[in-house]
Amino acid sequence: MSEINAEQVAHLANLARIALTDEEIEHLTKELVQIMHAVEQVSEVATPDVPPTNHPIPLQNVFRDDVVGHTLTVDEALSGAPESDGSRFVVSAILGEEQ
Amino acid sequence: MARAELMDFDAALERFEPVIGLEVHVELNTKTKMFSAAPNPANAEFHIADPNTLITPVCLGLPGSLPVVNGQAVRYSISLGLALGCEIAPSSRFARKNYFYPDLAKNYQISQYDEPIAFDGSVEVELENGRSFTVPIERAHMEEDAGKLTHVGGSTGRIQGAEYSLVDYNRAGVPLVEIVTRPIIGAEADAPALARAYVATIRDIVRSLGISEARMERGNLRCDANVSLRPRGQEKLGTRTETKNVNSMRSVERAVRYEIQRQAAILAKGGAIIQETRHWHEDTGTTSAGRPKSDADDYRYFPEPDLLPVVPTRELIEELRASLPEPPAARRRRLKDEWGFTDLEFKDVVNGGLLAEVTETIAAGASPAAARKWWTGELTRVANAEGRDAAELATPAQVAELAALIESGVLTDRLARQVLEGVAVGEGSPQQIVDARGLAVVSDDGALISAIDDALASQPDVLAKIRDGKVQAAGAVIGAVMKAMHGKADAARVRELVLERAQS
Repeated sequence: MSEINAEQVAHLANLARIALTDEEIEHLTKELVQIMHAVEQVSEVATPDVPPTNHPIPLQNVFRDDVVGHTLTVDEALSGAPESDGSRFVVSAILGEEQ
Repeated sequence: MARAELMDFDAALERFEPVIGLEVHVELNTKTKMFSAAPNPANAEFHIADPNTLITPVCLGLPGSLPVVNGQAVRYSISLGLALGCEIAPSSRFARKNYFYPDLAKNYQISQYDEPIAFDGSVEVELENGRSFTVPIERAHMEEDAGKLTHVGGSTGRIQGAEYSLVDYNRAGVPLVEIVTRPIIGAEADAPALARAYVATIRDIVRSLGISEARMERGNLRCDANVSLRPRGQEKLGTRTETKNVNSMRSVERAVRYEIQRQAAILAKGGAIIQETRHWHEDTGTTSAGRPKSDADDYRYFPEPDLLPVVPTRELIEELRASLPEPPAARRRRLKDEWGFTDLEFKDVVNGGLLAEVTETIAAGASPAAARKWWTGELTRVANAEGRDAAELATPAQVAELAALIESGVLTDRLARQVLEGVAVGEGSPQQIVDARGLAVVSDDGALISAIDDALASQPDVLAKIRDGKVQAAGAVIGAVMKAMHGKADAARVRELVLERAQS
């Protein structure tokens, strides 16, 4: 597993929209390297005959029936909005576009 | 790039080989959304809804809310995968695609990444010129749709210059299947037509499966078109652009053609293509630059911890496979025989992308001849004149209703065209329009006879000719009567009555 460097941490912070100072980046880089090393130990015991864990809970195929349930009213839906026009959320002008 | 600066299409093809890749998003028409019990606006029953009324805490990503997979959406996705000739993954999981944009409130989209539900398929596509093409399918994966943003302020309503945006989350969480082709090589000058025919084929497949309304003008079916060019003789693929959200079949063809011509003009001058998304502009028939796009956009995908793996049983897959509609090519052969169409008539239907419309119109009670006539005739004519798809103008149920009104003598063909005009602008059902516009044929003989007697009295010379046995002279009287009735009379009945009255 490769080492993590300050440049990668700065890139990740940018992707996550978290403003970090140089000191914070330096600090986090050290911590992340330690975390990665801790996780790496798993690969020491994970021999090829151990199947990868897809999910921590050994369950699969949990489905919901296609039946309409309770919905929020517009007022409820908008109750946590910093700003609304009464029926829609108002957000500041967006630079960029849909993904 | 202005149209004048484009390279001529044939010249572009001479120097470069086009390679296209198509991503089609299909909104499933389940009753509820992908991960919550909110009504699904892509189901016809819930299509019309006020903003933010088809919402649960899951749609808004509220703290503590948890997604649960809609089992029906999984079955629909497997059926679609099978119809695309894909392998169905023995185990498949969801992943988070992280990005910051307010069309989804949680700052990520639940999608699939490394374990899509279906992969490695192919679709047979027939082109208008009779050429048949196998389009390789890389994968089909499940995901959720995003909410709708309306940009307010600025002059254009588009993103640039907007002062703020309004968000409606009704569409957030609508079940989507994204179908991704491998690079399609070898279509050459047919590339634009192939792109269109491919989308039409996908539309026919999902319609015959009954898993989507598949109405492009409503965004039930959306296409992103990747286009690249490589100089003749070069092995390596050229840099591609991705034209987003091309939302009619006609536009798919035009957008691919435009990109080929635009890229050829740049490359021919020694320029380089920028890898980016591009926006299609229906009005000008051009694309404009969107955002730069790298091959590995940094979405930091990771397995969705709130959802469990989807492990379809063999039994389920085989059950769904057994209930698939017949493959498109076999189905076309059968329908052509059943309907008694000539090769040419059937080709008109298929090439117009109207197979599903005609099939459903017949299923709704119309005769094959009437269904074909209205879809490939008047509706196609109006659609071409307006630069739209015929399917946007009317539904199969409406056309069947129209055919029934003609059959029962309420409408003539001429009146029916006026009714269709009303249907196309959303005035209601054919019967409602007949009532509202007063378009029904005058079937009251009394009114006809009175008009006929007036016409005969004002044209005594014609009357004399008819009495002399010159039946063709009746045409002048029939014309006058039809005019007096504002076209709302059955000409054959008028003729009968004219001959009768002339002898009395």
